[in-house]
Amino acid sequence: MALLQISEPGQSPDPHQRRIAVGIDLGTTHSLVASVRNGVAECLPDTAGRVILPSVVRYTGEGSGRQIGFDALAGQAADPANTISSVKRLMGRVRSDVHDVDNLPYKVLDTPGMASIDTCLGPKTPLEVSAELLATLRFRAEDSFDDDLFGAVITVPAYFDDAQRQATKDAAQLAGINVLRLINEPTAAAIAYGLDQASEGVFAVYDLGGGTFDISILRLSEGVFEVLATGGDSALGGDDYDRALAHLALQKAFADKAPVPESLSGEDKANLYAAARRCKEALSADGTHEATVSCPLDVGDCQATITRSAFAVATDHLTQRTLQAVRRALRDAGLEKSDIEGVVMVGGSTRMPVVRDAVANLFGQDPLTNLNPDEVVALGAAIQANQLAGNNTGDALLLLDVIPLSLGIETMGGLVERIVPRNSTIPTARAQDFTTFKDGQTALALHVVQGERDLVTDCRSLARFELRGIPPMAAGVARIRVSFTVDADGMLQVDAVETNSGVQAHIDVKPSYGLSDDQIADMLRDSYATAEADIKARAVVEARVDAERMILATQSALNADGDLLSDADRATIDTHMAAVEAAKTSDDAAHIEAVTKALATVTEPFAAARMNRGITQALAGKNLNAV
Amino acid sequence: MSAPQSLSLQASDFELFDLPEQFQLDATALTQRWKALQAQTHPDKYVAADAASKRLAMQWSVRVNEAYQRLRQPITRGAYLAALLGHPVNAEDNTAMPAAFLMQQMEWREALDEAQGDVNGLNQLADDTNAAKKTYLQLAELAFDTDKDISRAVGAIRALMFIERFLKDVNQQLDALTP
Repeated sequence: MALLQISEPGQSPDPHQRRIAVGIDLGTTHSLVASVRNGVAECLPDTAGRVILPSVVRYTGEGSGRQIGFDALAGQAADPANTISSVKRLMGRVRSDVHDVDNLPYKVLDTPGMASIDTCLGPKTPLEVSAELLATLRFRAEDSFDDDLFGAVITVPAYFDDAQRQATKDAAQLAGINVLRLINEPTAAAIAYGLDQASEGVFAVYDLGGGTFDISILRLSEGVFEVLATGGDSALGGDDYDRALAHLALQKAFADKAPVPESLSGEDKANLYAAARRCKEALSADGTHEATVSCPLDVGDCQATITRSAFAVATDHLTQRTLQAVRRALRDAGLEKSDIEGVVMVGGSTRMPVVRDAVANLFGQDPLTNLNPDEVVALGAAIQANQLAGNNTGDALLLLDVIPLSLGIETMGGLVERIVPRNSTIPTARAQDFTTFKDGQTALALHVVQGERDLVTDCRSLARFELRGIPPMAAGVARIRVSFTVDADGMLQVDAVETNSGVQAHIDVKPSYGLSDDQIADMLRDSYATAEADIKARAVVEARVDAERMILATQSALNADGDLLSDADRATIDTHMAAVEAAKTSDDAAHIEAVTKALATVTEPFAAARMNRGITQALAGKNLNAV
Repeated sequence: MSAPQSLSLQASDFELFDLPEQFQLDATALTQRWKALQAQTHPDKYVAADAASKRLAMQWSVRVNEAYQRLRQPITRGAYLAALLGHPVNAEDNTAMPAAFLMQQMEWREALDEAQGDVNGLNQLADDTNAAKKTYLQLAELAFDTDKDISRAVGAIRALMFIERFLKDVNQQLDALTP
């Protein structure tokens, strides 16, 4: 046999074999992509040297049909109806869920499953809009490295629920991105911050973005980032401060004749909010105590001078909402304010002095602002992506995150039976037994919900499914075990089994909009990201990539733990590897998949033996340390 | 290296963490071993691995978290230990409690009604309840570890379950009052 490379899969001896892995911060107002180069995480700039991509897509119907980022932003005032900003607020949401939906400058449609946006190119789903942004960042990364992307870590607000996470993953798939992991934004920030400052102890990450608020309490020790509790509000951010400020300016400018923003035209709304944002940013500059909102409207010019203190009063209810979530997270972590070593500020909106002062006041210490709050999330995601792709040869970091919201099931009377409590470390699995309540009942409807309230109507509905074919029994005799499994991305899977008869049902909790694979394929075919790619060719490419991955993974497993195998088992695996190697050049996707699967099957006992060795070593290592 | 015997997913929580099968627990050792085990089993370590390894990692990581959660909280640890020792707590089916304990509960419930909207009163009640919790935790430890009287230990665990539920109600009211 040829001499094998003697390194672990990640420790690529050859720089050309380094896998291109990036971190993507898909934000409400702007997005970034970062990567680790020469051991340092950095944000990747566009051709004009700008690292920020405004999260704005404008559909024009001319040329490529869309503008993305700064170009789209420039066209927003003139064409608000076709310029989609803050699309993150719509991800995984139906129209009625979207806060202040009538105040958006574009028209949101009440489409089933998920809201969509009415544009000159027809209705666009938030997934498609997000995919445009993600694809732009993907191309930026691929151009930077002149190589294909191996995968990306994409950040989501910690407080995103299952539907919002699924929507984000689907958008990445549309953009042709292999998602290595979804990680929570404050956790990503903690990674960047913790590694940068070599900090140890308990930290709070206060993350106020354009449209979302998160608070996470983490313990940092020896490369382990353990999230103790998380909380927040996935519909609260800097946009809300802009709106409150716009209201205030209208009131000041027009006194009691003030038009309510709802009554303004789309163009006026977009202009007014932009003017309010400029005023807010001016008020955030050091030493500035007042600034003006200046904006022409159909009803006359809106001219108002706003002081810092007037702004603080007008937005106090928003700031207080964030502090309430902070207090609850502290309680969930079982900690006092004085236990917090430091408070890390993340998100552009934490530049507002009103926010900084309120946080400093609550914790009795000045928050840490030494890392750029716009970039820190993308940088942390890049570090984790580099690690997951196996490029990191240095000290391993370990991320132990939690689910933000409790998961449960509807029981009699519209009440929620909580199965996985919030702030459980993921991955996790919990089971609960239910029974039938009628004699001879042969089916059980299950309704999966997420949230903290006791009534089903106050929680988010994630999925409904049925367990059918239960043999008729007296009421209360059947034992139906419902198992919830939450993976490392925070995504839920539910299984139900009647334990006497073995009747089973299983569901991957796709939120109600539940894109089928066919729909995804259709959208892929239509999408800009893969316009030229033929779906069939894509399948072959994907099968080859999977085959290649399987060979690499098996090879590195053999290198590390080949001694666990008998000669005969080793020979079997070698034969199957050779078969995959041979099939790789074929154009038959099904054939490549079949031999890859066969290799996976014969290596299963080997994988089990390796896992056992690892665990045994973990405990043995611990014993040595403990003595 | 005296390697511990090979573990299966069916090993008990105590075996998995190589901790003595008792109520009293070395919390630092528990957390250390949790992290050591997660460093081996967490799915993040298997992103580029084959499907079988990924699946195994998921199963083990879930199992390790389950055991950690259960051992970490004294009440769930006690209930688990009692079941291991052949005395399931059966909290749902068996709600009978000594009369004195029930009286105490009723007094607390009344005090909670009276303290509606009164932060100081609620805080006092929370302090009292926490003190009672501490007492019952000591009783449980004595019964489990010193006297090996498991049915008495089960009594203490069930009392702790009641107390915990009451504490939750007190804290909920306190939450509603803290702006």
